[in-house]
Amino acid sequence: MSSSTPDREVAIRLHRLSRHFGDVKAVDDITLDICDGEFFTLLGPSGSGKTTCLRLVAGFEQPTSGHIELFGEHVESTPPYERNVNTVFQDYALFPHMTVEENIAYGLMIKKVPKNERKRRAQEMLDLVQLPNVGNRRPNQLSGGQKQRIALARALVMEPRVLLLDEPLGALDLKLRQQMQVELKSIQQNIGITFIFVTHDQEEALTMSDRIAVFNAGKIEQVGTPTEVYEHPKTKFVAGFVGTTNILDTQIAQPITGQSTPIAIRPEKIVMESVESPVPEDRYFADGSINEILYLGVNTRYKIALESGGEIVLLRQNMVEATEQTQQQLGQRVRLLWRKDHTLHLSS
Amino acid sequence: MRSKSFGQDAGIGLKIATGLVLLFLHFPVWVIFLYAFTTEEASFRFPPPGLTTQWIGVTLQREDFWEAFSLSLRTASVATLSAIVLGTLASMALARTNFFGREPISLMIILPIALPGIVTGIALRSAISLMGIDFSYWTIVLGHATFTVVIVYNNVVARLRRTSHSLTEASMDLGASPFQTFRYIILPRISTAILAGAMLAFALSFDEVIVTTFTAGQQQTLPIWIFSQLTRPRDRPVTNVAAMFVMIATFVPIVIAYYATRETDES
Amino acid sequence: MAIDTKPSPVTSSIQGDNTSSLRRIANYFYQHPNYALLALLLPILLWLGVVYVGSLLALITQSFYSLDQFTGLISREFTLETYAQLFTIANIEIFTRTTVMAAVVTVTCAVVAFPLGYFMGRFAGPRQKGILYLMVLLPLWSSYIVRVYSWKLILAQEGMFNWLVTQLQLNGLLDMVLSIPVIGGPSLSISFIGTWIVFVYIWLPYMILPIQAAVERVPSSLLQASADLGAKPGTTFRKVILPMVFPGMVAGSIFTFSLTLGDYIIPGVIGNSRYFIGQAVYAHQGTAGNIPLAAAMTVVPIVIMIVYLLIARRLGAFDAL
Repeated sequence: MSSSTPDREVAIRLHRLSRHFGDVKAVDDITLDICDGEFFTLLGPSGSGKTTCLRLVAGFEQPTSGHIELFGEHVESTPPYERNVNTVFQDYALFPHMTVEENIAYGLMIKKVPKNERKRRAQEMLDLVQLPNVGNRRPNQLSGGQKQRIALARALVMEPRVLLLDEPLGALDLKLRQQMQVELKSIQQNIGITFIFVTHDQEEALTMSDRIAVFNAGKIEQVGTPTEVYEHPKTKFVAGFVGTTNILDTQIAQPITGQSTPIAIRPEKIVMESVESPVPEDRYFADGSINEILYLGVNTRYKIALESGGEIVLLRQNMVEATEQTQQQLGQRVRLLWRKDHTLHLSS
Repeated sequence: MRSKSFGQDAGIGLKIATGLVLLFLHFPVWVIFLYAFTTEEASFRFPPPGLTTQWIGVTLQREDFWEAFSLSLRTASVATLSAIVLGTLASMALARTNFFGREPISLMIILPIALPGIVTGIALRSAISLMGIDFSYWTIVLGHATFTVVIVYNNVVARLRRTSHSLTEASMDLGASPFQTFRYIILPRISTAILAGAMLAFALSFDEVIVTTFTAGQQQTLPIWIFSQLTRPRDRPVTNVAAMFVMIATFVPIVIAYYATRETDES
Repeated sequence: MAIDTKPSPVTSSIQGDNTSSLRRIANYFYQHPNYALLALLLPILLWLGVVYVGSLLALITQSFYSLDQFTGLISREFTLETYAQLFTIANIEIFTRTTVMAAVVTVTCAVVAFPLGYFMGRFAGPRQKGILYLMVLLPLWSSYIVRVYSWKLILAQEGMFNWLVTQLQLNGLLDMVLSIPVIGGPSLSISFIGTWIVFVYIWLPYMILPIQAAVERVPSSLLQASADLGAKPGTTFRKVILPMVFPGMVAGSIFTFSLTLGDYIIPGVIGNSRYFIGQAVYAHQGTAGNIPLAAAMTVVPIVIMIVYLLIARRLGAFDAL
């Protein structure tokens, strides 16, 4: 499965790429085009093959079969130190026996860039990641967020055509992570190079990406923009993994929709009304009683046990103060309504 | 386990026992140092009738002492050098990749030091004489180069296992070939481990007597020389001084090795 | 801020011809990691594999040969005759003597080493621990022969030990101890008691370190739980700490036992003239030239150690190393 915007150059093309470890198919026959200048995310649970895929592009793994093209050039047999891609590692991998500046300048030193220019470019990078004064410190004197930025600087100073990021924000706390997400996105847009970003956090993927590839068990289940993937998931897995969703089996869904397929409906798309409320033409409905109420600050989460069987979760934004909400009580019977075109019919 | 968190301190009985054990461990060496200065010539009389530094001078003028000392120094140096090369190469091969034959090879590296010295000694001796080779300086080095490898190997492999693999990958990602990665990234990381291993290997080789007895010809390393002196009453003072020199000579590398490992553990 | 958008090359072969051949080699090894592994292992395989293991195999082969009594030459025919010689009374005595000494030394080491190991593992602060560790390392690595020699000085008739005994007026006690059959003797330095003391002294560090490591591995939460459940310190020690430290003691015992089995110098310097295994082996391969018998005798401690190691592994010693 692949989709590409035809007017941009293809930065990375994976063609029938596989990586097997004995019987385990970590990456299973993947074909994908990533365009130049994209912020492209590989999203999936642990063990889905997204990191292996990244490492194949970086050169740390050799494909069992298939091709990797970098701007048209086949690189599957090129060692990583000869590919013009750079990686930001999950554990940052800063060299502990070098200063921050030496870390950033390392790749330039290998390329035999003269000392003055190395220093200048390293300092430029430090300014870019907003840490202009830490050049003389050692990595063990930096905080997690700072290390992450230095790792980024070290990779960017090499002016790669593609930057690979392996779950770089995983170790940061929530506030810092959200801040870094914004910063990374803005850096990428300013510099204009292709970013390939690996994460298991679907919210992160939705925030930052131009396009997302959803991985599952070594295969890609769907590729698309965040909106496409969220609003129109093609498989049950994608529907369940990207955002939360209610999945109703055929048995329960049939009386509601009149069709014999399982359906998925997002919690925030459901409206709760009193029982016996009228049902507009373009809506489906289901009756049930409130099983659980969870106050989440921004919204309140309700679990409704359906009369026809099954359970639905819905989220209601707390537009007004809680006092009005407390009118809802456990056990109260309600009618749930949602738009027919928000209903996702699933194949399996 | 920390006593403070448990609210208990070591009882006075334990402290005394600990002190006694430490005393037991160390006092014999002080005895040697004491006897190096005794004025008594022929016996091991205690307490020493008087103290003098004359024996030091006498020993330093003994040619056989210097020959033995320099032989020990040379064999230890060469053995250590080969231990560094072989041990480091082997540790890089065995530190990470789990390949067929890995366990037998690490067993083979440990074997020279795990088996009693007498086994190694006899095995090498009979093999050497079987091949018709003369016993010489080089056969001594041969013997030493077998059990010193594991010392360097152990130190370096432990350090390599504690080094994150992503450092190597990051280096290659930034354009460094495996050789450059070794030079700029790995070598600095393992340098103190190599140093510690080398120091310990040196001390071990300098002091080794069992295997050396079997693999030497007419030559005498310093420990062998001391061993042969044990049956010669008239040379006692010189033997004492020589013993003291040996202790000092092995003290220095051990302390260096200790501080070399500590430094990087804390970084 | 936009980076200069001139597209850089996708793959780079780094500049300079002098590096390109090195790069080619590096690339080759990267593509073929198995060959790289072989290259790293070749020196050690040749060295230890051929030289060392080869010698060992040659030795074992020799044990199946025999020494012709008349010619004094080694006859290279396969025979079990040499092994049969191991079962003479004299030889059995040697094996028993050595094994018993090894066992006694091991137990003594465990007892003597325990206080220090326990203190270091449990009560020593970080700085204390460093100093104590160094103080245990120093005897471990410093000259074996010198430290053995020091006991000759100490245990001599006119030496320090006897002087101390006289000062404390314990001569009677000493004479009584020395008159014990088998292990006693004319003086300490010519008795098994003396041998025993020196063995314990020399191998002690090998027992201290594993004990210390094992003590350190006992989580303090276990001790707190034990106290929480009402156990007095003595009970906690017996029922919680000791069983957990025991594998460490077994680990240390591997060294003390094995080293005593094979040693030939200490019994020769301090002891009566009855042979230990090491001395017998040394004697046979020396002037007698009876390498087959020496080899066969060498096999005995190896076999004993293999059995010992199997038992030790069962007792958990390998995890404590």
